[in-house]
Amino acid sequence: MEGLLDLLGLAKSAELLSLSPPGWGMNLLRGLGKSLQIAFGAFGFGLVIGLFGAYGKLYGGPVIRDLLAIYTTVVRAVPELVLILILYFVGTDLINRASEALGYGRVEISGVAAGIWVLGVVQGAYSTEVLRGAILAVPQGQIEAARAFGMPPVMLMRRVTIPAMLSFALPGLANLWLIATKDTALLAVVGFSELTLETRQAASSTRAYFTFFLAAGALYLMVTLMSSALFQLLERRSRRGQPSLKGAGR
Amino acid sequence: MMRLIRPMLMPHRLVLIGLAVALVVWCALTLRWDWLPKYMPLAMEGLWRTVWLLAASTFLGFLLAVPLGFAQAVGPWYLSTPARVFCTLIRGTPLLLQIWLLYYGLGSVFPQIDGIRDSVLWPYLRQAWPYALLALTLSFAGYEGEVMRGAFAGVNRGQLEAARSFGMPRFTLFRRIWLPQAVNNVLPTLGGETILQLKATPLVATITVVEIFAVSSRVRQDTFVIYEPLLLLALVYMVIAGLIALAFRWLENRVPTRRPGS
Repeated sequence: MEGLLDLLGLAKSAELLSLSPPGWGMNLLRGLGKSLQIAFGAFGFGLVIGLFGAYGKLYGGPVIRDLLAIYTTVVRAVPELVLILILYFVGTDLINRASEALGYGRVEISGVAAGIWVLGVVQGAYSTEVLRGAILAVPQGQIEAARAFGMPPVMLMRRVTIPAMLSFALPGLANLWLIATKDTALLAVVGFSELTLETRQAASSTRAYFTFFLAAGALYLMVTLMSSALFQLLERRSRRGQPSLKGAGR
Repeated sequence: MMRLIRPMLMPHRLVLIGLAVALVVWCALTLRWDWLPKYMPLAMEGLWRTVWLLAASTFLGFLLAVPLGFAQAVGPWYLSTPARVFCTLIRGTPLLLQIWLLYYGLGSVFPQIDGIRDSVLWPYLRQAWPYALLALTLSFAGYEGEVMRGAFAGVNRGQLEAARSFGMPRFTLFRRIWLPQAVNNVLPTLGGETILQLKATPLVATITVVEIFAVSSRVRQDTFVIYEPLLLLALVYMVIAGLIALAFRWLENRVPTRRPGS
């Protein structure tokens, strides 16, 4: 193994990337863990916003519909980096004011929580649109049938709408999840030590830029490829029982 | 014109518009805008740089995306595999990482090459914007290569066969039939992707390219005014995104198509 690394001239890179302290491997993995944590949280928070947003856009009154339209349009037109800064400052300001009003003094906000809040609001706008489209694609007769039998709204959502829309929503949600994992890199700009920032710190203190940025790229790529495979499985499962459309278009 | 105005006259929208106007007036009167005249020339320069980077990277990226998409759609395996790998690599890693890899990575390798300091390229290689343009172009090409793959594969086969049966040379067929139809089919997607590209441009501020986002950061650091520059910045990006959307709608309307219901 070591001979092979020497042969390829990669011995120095392997040393730099090793997991024990002179190497920076552990820092990268810790960064990856934080990135994934933020991505999971933001994706979940975004889904919750998206579900409420989609229902609001479809069944809400005119005011709610207009407000949601403004939310989704603004979030999708302004760069994530700008939104991250605005939401970060607004979020910390509001929390500090609230805690000062309650007499607790300023509080320190954890980077992970702030990242989840900021990226979740951004993700929420996109998943509102994805879920709205998916709910619209559910045959209206199925929802009417459930209503005709007197199914209460929450049960209707849980038993009919969500399972039926899942196969339409999953491709869009898979895309959103990939965007969420990549958007965590933006948090490096505001100073959260997730994978990209850890990588940059490691790179600038060892001057081995290529080694570390390529290693981080490989980690991101691994996450992307694995989650694509997982979403394909999920999609196949959510489509079970639906007739195959293969060759129907000819 | 009436078609645009009438939906705005519904009572609840009038109230919302009133609230929005009140908010704008409140912002203009109570927030601090005294820094604005001083930083205006710099902001204009930054705005120009943003627009220029956006235009150049979408144009060059699209030129690169056409062969990438074509190779993936109908190319032999030795062309389609590298194209697919390139698109996967670009789409699977964050743009910020790509920008930093090119700027810090290449930027640290170039000075070690003998004789490069005397070459004509050196003045450019020392600056940040060529790396920014390269990273943005490659990223756009990666995403658009995937879009163009679908577009090339989706062109009606009968049209290509008709052109071929009239003896049209292969390059003319590509230029006159295949490419225009492929582009027409994905114009709405391209519009969305161009807006996404606009939203990617502020990332180059992290490698010291002074575009509009960098200007707002400088205002924040110099004057400690936090919200005002960011709000103005968001407004600027919304206006540019709106203009891009309008331009693409105009392009789409120029293409004669039969739409359902018309």
